[in-house]
Amino acid sequence: MTNETEDPVASAARLVSGGDRVADSAPGDQGGNQGGALFTATTLDRKNARTERGYHSLFLLMSIVLILPVVAILGLLIVRGGPAFSWEFFTEAPRAQFTEGGIFPALVGTLWLVVVALLASVPLGVAAAIYLSEYAKDNALTRLINLAIINLAGVPSIVHALFGLGAFVLFFDFGTSILAASLTLAIMTLPVVIVSTRETLQAVPQSFRMACWSLGATRWQTIRKVVLPNSVSGILTGVILEVSRTVGETAPVMFTGAVLFTPFLPQGVLDETMAMSLHLYMIATVIPDVPPEVPYGVALSLILMVLVLNSASIGFRVYLRGKKKW
Amino acid sequence: MVSTASEIKLSVKDLSIRYGDHVALEGASFDVRENEIFGIIGPANSGKTSFIRAINRMDEMTPGMEVHGSIEFNGKAVESWRNLYALRSRIGVVFPLPVGLPMSIFENVAFAAKLRGVKGKDALGEVVERCLRRAALWDEVKDRLDSLGSLLSGGQQQRLTIARALSQEPELLLLDEFSIAVDPVTTMRIEEVLKELKQEMTIVLVTNLTQQAQRLADRTAFFLEGQVVEVGETKAMFKGQTKDPRTTHYIEGRFG
Repeated sequence: MTNETEDPVASAARLVSGGDRVADSAPGDQGGNQGGALFTATTLDRKNARTERGYHSLFLLMSIVLILPVVAILGLLIVRGGPAFSWEFFTEAPRAQFTEGGIFPALVGTLWLVVVALLASVPLGVAAAIYLSEYAKDNALTRLINLAIINLAGVPSIVHALFGLGAFVLFFDFGTSILAASLTLAIMTLPVVIVSTRETLQAVPQSFRMACWSLGATRWQTIRKVVLPNSVSGILTGVILEVSRTVGETAPVMFTGAVLFTPFLPQGVLDETMAMSLHLYMIATVIPDVPPEVPYGVALSLILMVLVLNSASIGFRVYLRGKKKW
Repeated sequence: MVSTASEIKLSVKDLSIRYGDHVALEGASFDVRENEIFGIIGPANSGKTSFIRAINRMDEMTPGMEVHGSIEFNGKAVESWRNLYALRSRIGVVFPLPVGLPMSIFENVAFAAKLRGVKGKDALGEVVERCLRRAALWDEVKDRLDSLGSLLSGGQQQRLTIARALSQEPELLLLDEFSIAVDPVTTMRIEEVLKELKQEMTIVLVTNLTQQAQRLADRTAFFLEGQVVEVGETKAMFKGQTKDPRTTHYIEGRFG
C-alpha cells in the first residue's frame, strides 16, 4: 500500500471510529496488522474514554459507599453482641429481670407474626396486583386505587399501629393477639407486595398476552399459563422485602399483640406473644441492669433471622429464575 | 362474479378504526369469500394491521382503539359476539414478529388444543405432530419438542407460531406480514402450505411484498393511508386492469 492510496482510507477510518473506539487501544490491534496506521484515536475518542472511566469510578464509589454502613453495622453487632451468643441464649426464656436467660419466646413469637402476616398479605396483595395489572382499565377508579396504595405505603407505622388497635384488637375483638398484630403488619406491608408484584407482571412482554389471547385464551388462562409462571421470581422479591420489614417493626406489634414478657409460647393465633423487635426495644431502653452485650446480641439475632428467612426465598427465587423462559 | 351469502366469510361494512384522533382506517367495505386467500397490500401505516386486530376483537385489549362500522364473521357481526374467546379461538393469527410463548415447543402447539379440551399425551401429541408437519417444522424439531420455543431461530419460531395458529383448527387464518422474519426458502415452503390450507379455511394475508400477494392471493385489496383504494381479482390487478391508477403505481413500485 502506498501513501497516496492509504490517506483517504485513513481519514475515513477516523470518521468511522469516532464513537465506539477506546482511546488507549494500541494502533493496529483491531482488524489485523496491515492497517497499522489506519486507526489512531481522535480527540473525541480520548474524551469519550475519559468520561467512560470517570462514570465507571463514580458508580463504583457509590456502591462502596452504600456497602460500608452495612459492613460497619454488622461488624459492630458481631463484635459487641457475639459474646452474648450461647446455646442457652437461643433456647431459653429470659430470667431474673431480663438480665439472664435467652430470647427463645421472642424468636418463636416473631416467626409466628411473620408467617401469619405473610399468609394474609401475599394472597391479598398478589390478587390486587393481578387485578390492577391484568384486568383494570385505565380509568378514574384504577387511578384512585393506585393513589390509595401509594398513600398506604406512606403512612407511618405508628399510625398503622393505632389503626390495628382500633380495628383488629377492639372492633373485631381479636384482643391483643398474634392475629391482630399480624393483620396490622400485613396491612402495613401490602403496598410493597402490590407494587412490586404489579411491576413484575407488567414486565412480562405484552406480545405474550396478545399471542395467548389470539389463541382464544381467557384473561385468567393467560395469567395462569403465561404471566404468573414468568413473574414468580419477581413476586418473591416483594415478599423478601416484606419479611424484612415485618421482622423489624416494633410500633405496630406493641399495641396489637406483642407483650414484654410471657413465659408461655403461643399456642394459636389468638394468643399474645413476645416479639424480637419489642424485646430489643425494651431491654435497650427501659429495663435496667441488662448486661451491655445482650441488646447487641438480640439485634444480631434479629438481623440473622432476616437473613435466614430471606435466604430461603432468595434460594427459591434463584431456582425459579433458572427456569425463566425467555 | 356473484357470490351467495353462504360463501362470504367476512363482510366488512363501512369500517372505521381510530386511535384517539388518529384515523387508521376509514370507510372500508368489502367481502372476503370462503376458502379464498385474500391479500391485503399497501405501504406502512395504511391500516392493514388495525384491520386484522379489528377482526378478532383485539380492540378490546388495545387501549385507545375505537372500531366503528361492522365486520360480519359467518354472517354475525363480531362486535355482537358475547364470548370473545370463542370468536378468537376460531380465528388463527400470525404476527409479523414471531412470538414463541415461554414454554416448550410441544406446549406452544398443544396450548390451543388444551384450551379446546383435548386431553391426554397421545391426543395432544397427534395434534402437535400434525400442525408442526403442516408448518414445515416437524423434521427440524421432532427430537427436541421439550426444549423452549424461544430458543428456536427466528424463521423456526415463525413456523412455530404458524403451527400454533393451525392447532386452533381455525376457520379463518390471519397472516400479518408473516415473512418479515423468515428467510426466502422458508417463505416459499410456507407459501406452498398456505395454498393447501386454502381447501380448509379462509386466509387473509397482509403483506408488504406485492409479489407475495400476486403468487398467493385470489383477490387483493389495496390499502393506502387508511383508505381501501380497491379490491379486485389478483390476476387482473397485476395485469394492470385496475380501477385506480394508484394501485398500478404501487404494484409497479413507483411509490410506497
